[in-house]
Amino acid sequence: MDFNDTPEEAKFRSEVREWLSANARQRDTSNAKAGVSTKSEAERLVRAKEWQAKKAEAGYAAITWPTEYGGLGGTSIQSVIYSQEEANYDVPRGFFEIGLGMCIPTMMKWATPEQNERFVKPALFGEEVWCQLFSEPAAGSDVAGLRTKCERDGDDWIINGQKVWTSGAHFCDYGIIVTRSDPTVPKHKGLTFFFLDMKTPGIEIRPIKQISGGSGFNEVFFNDVRVPDSQRLGDVGEGWKVSLTTLMNERLAIGGGSGVDYEELLKLARETELEEGPAIKDSNVREKLADWYVQSQGLKYTKFRTLTALSKGQVPGAESSIGKIVSGPKMQDLGSFAMDIQGQGGILQDGDESPMGAAFQNQWLGAAGYRIAGGTDEILRNIVSEQVLGLPQDIRVDKNVPFNELASSGKK
Amino acid sequence: MNFDFSDDQKMLKDQARKFLEDKCSYDDVRTVLESDASHHDEVWQGLCDLGFTGAAIPEQYGGVGLGALELCVVAEELGRCAAPVPFSSSIYMAAEALKIGGSETLKQTWLPKLASGEIIGTLAAAEGPAAPSPRNIKTTFANGKLNGRKLPVPDGETASVAIVLANTGGTGEQAVSLVVVDLTQDGVTRSSVETIDPTRGHAEINFDNADASLLGVSGEGWALMKRVEAGAAVLVAFEQVGGTEAALNMAKDYSLDRYAFGRQIGSYQAIKHKLADMYVKLELARSNAYYGAMVLAQEGADLELAAASARISATEAYRFAAQECIQVHGGIGFTWEANPQFHYRRSKLLALSLGSASRWKNRLVSELEKSNVA
Ligand SMILES: Cc1cc2nc3c(=O)[nH]c(=O)nc-3n(C[C@H](O)[C@H](O)[C@H](O)COP(=O)(O)OP(=O)(O)OC[C@H]3O[C@@H](n4cnc5c(N)ncnc54)[C@H](O)[C@@H]3O)c2cc1C
Repeated sequence: MDFNDTPEEAKFRSEVREWLSANARQRDTSNAKAGVSTKSEAERLVRAKEWQAKKAEAGYAAITWPTEYGGLGGTSIQSVIYSQEEANYDVPRGFFEIGLGMCIPTMMKWATPEQNERFVKPALFGEEVWCQLFSEPAAGSDVAGLRTKCERDGDDWIINGQKVWTSGAHFCDYGIIVTRSDPTVPKHKGLTFFFLDMKTPGIEIRPIKQISGGSGFNEVFFNDVRVPDSQRLGDVGEGWKVSLTTLMNERLAIGGGSGVDYEELLKLARETELEEGPAIKDSNVREKLADWYVQSQGLKYTKFRTLTALSKGQVPGAESSIGKIVSGPKMQDLGSFAMDIQGQGGILQDGDESPMGAAFQNQWLGAAGYRIAGGTDEILRNIVSEQVLGLPQDIRVDKNVPFNELASSGKK
Repeated sequence: MNFDFSDDQKMLKDQARKFLEDKCSYDDVRTVLESDASHHDEVWQGLCDLGFTGAAIPEQYGGVGLGALELCVVAEELGRCAAPVPFSSSIYMAAEALKIGGSETLKQTWLPKLASGEIIGTLAAAEGPAAPSPRNIKTTFANGKLNGRKLPVPDGETASVAIVLANTGGTGEQAVSLVVVDLTQDGVTRSSVETIDPTRGHAEINFDNADASLLGVSGEGWALMKRVEAGAAVLVAFEQVGGTEAALNMAKDYSLDRYAFGRQIGSYQAIKHKLADMYVKLELARSNAYYGAMVLAQEGADLELAAASARISATEAYRFAAQECIQVHGGIGFTWEANPQFHYRRSKLLALSLGSASRWKNRLVSELEKSNVA
């Protein structure tokens, strides 16, 4: 039992290190992970695209993809080694996870070779950014209950309806979308899947302001949006099958959270005076600190166990859901508790006044969304209990009922 | 990256599991619960005969000469069936303390007998309902004589040798030492005590000018004790992981069998999510325990931190699984005749056997403070 690299892994790691040190700046660890960029989203996107191009050029942008798509044809372990090393560098993050983690893998499975020839590389090199148009006002967890319609018109389809919570739609070039082609059959059977150009006439994107103040996601309206049949992925009525490819990848793409953790809390507890003395001497603070340390370590070593299984050729299953089940509430509770330590001053969300650039306040607000995005805490518990433990599925009252006869919000 | 047990270790684990499935069912555990026996002698003898007790004891002292990882896989299986045997007292505590701190003579005297199971050993620290510390230990050791009272002592009635935490007159942490005492001598009287888990015998022991000898250096007992506890914490964490998995499976099986309102109770989310939470805690505990095992086997410098993590994680997982296992069973779960009680009792016993979770959280943070001087 050890964490040692095999000789091949060690060789790969040293190549990665060499490349990173030549191409990126090391993270300033004294500044913790909390370093929040003050640049605008547009500026950050430009930097992220430059970095993505560099990384793709070196083959590190998609280590496990086949070489014909610009990947390295490498292993999952190599991909993890790269991430471990990259974590020590101050490089742009965000923007490409949904596209490369979910949309393009869906394309690679369902699009034609010509289409993949056209779209995969530009996405990989950060030239084109992709978004996922699944959720709707009436369909989130139950995404198969979506209502956006598509109707055949000669060689085209006409899409009408509304998507919501679409992360990045405002800067994305392309999107994958699932729509309803037949409302007279049960909900999973009447769906059809497309990819489309976000500049297509009839698409209107309106940013939504989040409780954290930012606007990472959008409402996207479709008014007679014309999409050629050649952009359909999978058969008519088989859109759910295609969606599953995306959703399976979502689980892999999301994994554990980031942000402020026990190290930052330890630092805060050392630097903050409570009524009875330094916070770090307070037994309640110590217990919480220990709990979150243990959870972080537990997640880290669970990942190592998964990696070990991967390296022996086993396939990880729904176990990876536990990363998000644990880290969402942990991020939220840790942020909240760190604010408690700051007393009334904990209400300040002020980059200059609040410790670590208000990282705890920001995390407390942001984590509320993390627990919902990409599968809520409750849906993930359903997945674990059904797929890992083999418990019965929830009773589905909508199973064999035509979609247009179902009860739904606002229509009983 | 090879963060897993070896094939040989997994074979050993299978062997332990098969033996225990055969010889140590809940019905067998129940015989100890319902009798005055301190442990289940047939199961204990079987474990000794299979060489598990001697697994991590060097060959020159009569053991098999394997290591901590082998003990860990056996521990998981012992925990799974809530085995009513003195394994932890005799091996994780007494034998390990002797291995770490004992002189050559002490090792030669005691380890072979502990390895073969000819005798049982234990460690006696507590003196009633308060956590032992260098400040409150009243048992004294001076001029080769031990005087005082220890309570509760695991397997105290059946053990032949004990490692005892005693005051030796120093100040602060140097106030206490560990001593080795033969429990079969005249100056020792003992009687069994009632505990929350009668499947593991405990006793009160009184020492009246009993002959004893120092284990390690006088005044360094607390440091040595903490080192022994750290190793034991990892091993007990494996018992807790085994117990957690058993409680989860028991609850899951019942939830598939039992119907209410025309459905299996396992189809209700309140039950499904509870079981999912047990699983999540189990996985975190297992991962932390594996890391603890690796550090223990490699005698790594961060044993204290790794052991505390393993213990805190596993204590929480077992607490939750054992208590919610009863809840999932409804009324039958609260009965003497049903089996969830074994894990409910054992989970709390193990949670306290090396000191409470709060104590370990404090130890953990003290280590973090040392390792991360910002
Ligand atoms: C920050 C953020 C980014 C997002 N980005 C995208 C994106 O890029 N593309 C995209 O398509 N979507 C995106 N989403 C949408 C996200 O996938 C949905 O919000 C999520 O699936 C939940 O759906 P909902 O909001 O409709 O809530 P609902 O499904 O209405 O859930 C409301 C509550 O009911 C509970 N609930 C629902 N069903 C069940 C059930 N069967 N059992 C138990 N409880 C249940 C939920 O757990 C939740 O607590 C994003 C969301 C967020 C917060």
